Amino acid sequence: MSAELSMKERMAIPAQAMPEQPPEIRRSNMEEVAQGYTAEQAKLEADRCLQCSGAPCIKGCPVGIDIPGFIAAIAEGDNGKAIATIKESSLLPAVCGRVCPQETQCQAPCTVGKALKSVDKAVSIGRLERYVADWERENGLIEAPGVKPATGKKVGIIGTGPAGLTVAADIRREGHEVVLFEAFHKPGGVMIYGIPEFRLPKKIVQQEIDTLIEMGCSLETNFVIGRTRKVIDLIEKDGFDALFIGTGAGLPRFMNIEGENLVGVYSANEYLTRSNLMRAYDKERAGTPIFDSEKVAVLGGGNVAMDAARTAVRLGAKEVHLMYRRTEEEMPARVEEVHHAKEEGVIFKLLQNPTRILADERGWVRGIECLRYELGEPDESGRRRPVPIEGSEFELELDTVIVAIGNDSNPLIRQTTPGLETNKWGNIVVDECGKSSIDKIYAGGDIVLGAATVILAMGEGRKAAAAMNEMLTK
Amino acid sequence: MNKILHKEQLSETVYLMRLEAPLIAQERLPGQFIILQVEADFGERIPLTIADADIAEGSITVVYQAVGKTTRLLAELEVGECVEALVGPLGTPTHIENVGSVVCVGGGIGVAPLYPIARALKEAGNHVTVILGARNKELLILEDKMAAIADELIICTDDGSYGQKDLVTKPLDKICAKRNKPDLAVVIGPPLMMKFCSMTTRPYDVPTVVSLNAIMVDGTGMCGGCRVTVGDETKFVCVDGPEFNGHEVDFENLVNRLSAYKEQEKGHVCNLEKAQ
Repeated sequence: MSAELSMKERMAIPAQAMPEQPPEIRRSNMEEVAQGYTAEQAKLEADRCLQCSGAPCIKGCPVGIDIPGFIAAIAEGDNGKAIATIKESSLLPAVCGRVCPQETQCQAPCTVGKALKSVDKAVSIGRLERYVADWERENGLIEAPGVKPATGKKVGIIGTGPAGLTVAADIRREGHEVVLFEAFHKPGGVMIYGIPEFRLPKKIVQQEIDTLIEMGCSLETNFVIGRTRKVIDLIEKDGFDALFIGTGAGLPRFMNIEGENLVGVYSANEYLTRSNLMRAYDKERAGTPIFDSEKVAVLGGGNVAMDAARTAVRLGAKEVHLMYRRTEEEMPARVEEVHHAKEEGVIFKLLQNPTRILADERGWVRGIECLRYELGEPDESGRRRPVPIEGSEFELELDTVIVAIGNDSNPLIRQTTPGLETNKWGNIVVDECGKSSIDKIYAGGDIVLGAATVILAMGEGRKAAAAMNEMLTK
Repeated sequence: MNKILHKEQLSETVYLMRLEAPLIAQERLPGQFIILQVEADFGERIPLTIADADIAEGSITVVYQAVGKTTRLLAELEVGECVEALVGPLGTPTHIENVGSVVCVGGGIGVAPLYPIARALKEAGNHVTVILGARNKELLILEDKMAAIADELIICTDDGSYGQKDLVTKPLDKICAKRNKPDLAVVIGPPLMMKFCSMTTRPYDVPTVVSLNAIMVDGTGMCGGCRVTVGDETKFVCVDGPEFNGHEVDFENLVNRLSAYKEQEKGHVCNLEKAQ
């Protein structure tokens, strides 16, 4: 900490902007948009932290990272100490530093932001987190955490997204054998199939997997629990002492409007999986095709909608519309993603919603019919309810529609695991420790929470892992 | 990595392979499929129905027509070589029970996935009539295997080079018109053949199950690319199917969706040919 700085001087340091690829360049490549702070920028940004006594940022973090602690270490030039401080609470800092919605979590209550009357001027905690995580990785300093002597206990982790990876690390550290099961041919879950390269480079996720392998975890890809092997068989026949189900929220929701099965209508899951996991953007090498779209509409206002719209831009679409029936203020997407999407030329069509998708004579999409909306009274979510304006129908000419209105829980495990209690949405019901209705079986992440964020999935995972470790020592 | 244990060319473009997959061999039931990648880094994921399994050998059998880029690559592999990814068994298995008499209709390579279902229906105590259709004698597959389990076997070819010179709908109609009409029809083949068979059985009120092939990516319900319209509902072939009530399937939409990448695929196959 540069102790010589007064509070006033700290407040006077301008918020450090993130170096980024210019929009006109990044529109046609898949490389990461945000390029990360330089050492000088990180030091300056860290010096903006007041080290205030209440540390409201910590309360805003779902996993309670010692934020002032790690920022002070950066200010002192001790990046090693900074990353060690973060890793006491978070196992995926390079990921969370990039994809966490900091403006509604740690940065929302930041004293600096409050004093400067703008959350945009809060200390950029996420960027600093990313900075030290990248510093560690780029300098080859990542060390696999130590593993205690073998206990003879074996744990299966179903799903290799943020929740599963977190649980795997926490359990392996205690000396238990860990086997990770992944349905796809590559591990990483939503971080690989969903979040695009330009927001979260795959090599960062791969690093997390490599670390787990180095710790001695084993990985079974192309393995669908519920189909290749049933949950109960893992326990009764294969000798697993505990299981963690972190299969995510993988069942895309559709709008249930006319024309939704026309050729040219994608779920965001499908569109993103084709482009990310299957690498359809690399047309020369990829076996998996994706539409060469000219005019695209993405329906929805969350991060996934932004990812889909920005992917469509990069795949060469001439016009990409993002249609949302409320206003920008109600959009669940991170502010930064909205900002980036606009910079890249995505056309925001707010207070509008499709009523049906129109077909050409071949059964392919030719457009959508939409209605305009206005905001009425707040609904149960506290957001003002959009009300359609009568007679405001209009048509938009398109060749591709991407539906990004969320996911329901995937039924595969539920249907093949008798006795596993789920709620009316199909989410697995767990107690405060993450334990399901069946002994030895725990769950966390989106399969419990419904669609949420990487950090919440990780937080749930850590809680469940602690309970599982305790159960295994009994 | 799954090793190819056996390869057989059934006709000019149709191949049968036994692939090492001990867990899938153990778990699979009639009607289920796998997703395969010849190469896992950039390769496409394609669904193939499981035609048979051998638990002792730890293998599954698939039959495919080498017409797309992935099936062509697969056909180039030889015994001892491996495919890089194989996942399954996927899909809801066929509901097998003794309903009385069943007519099983197979067209083209649809005969391969039909075989384990027909066998299971026979083992469950049904009287099983099998109708097989092919463009010509050369393209007819698995006749011997079907003959071994069927109570009655009818063969149709489009050109009359073998069996009756008829479309499969003709004997199907005849069977349905009998006083003892069948209690169930199971039809697997090209979409149009399934459509016309479903139209044939409908006036007789013979419950008709069809097994659909759709474009899919993950095969576990995650992408929704395989959705079909069944009655008034949207269903996912991968988790709700692959079998559906043939009288309710919107075949026209299915055919359209199957053609989504035809143009792009054409480009790819041309490039493959140029490379050879």
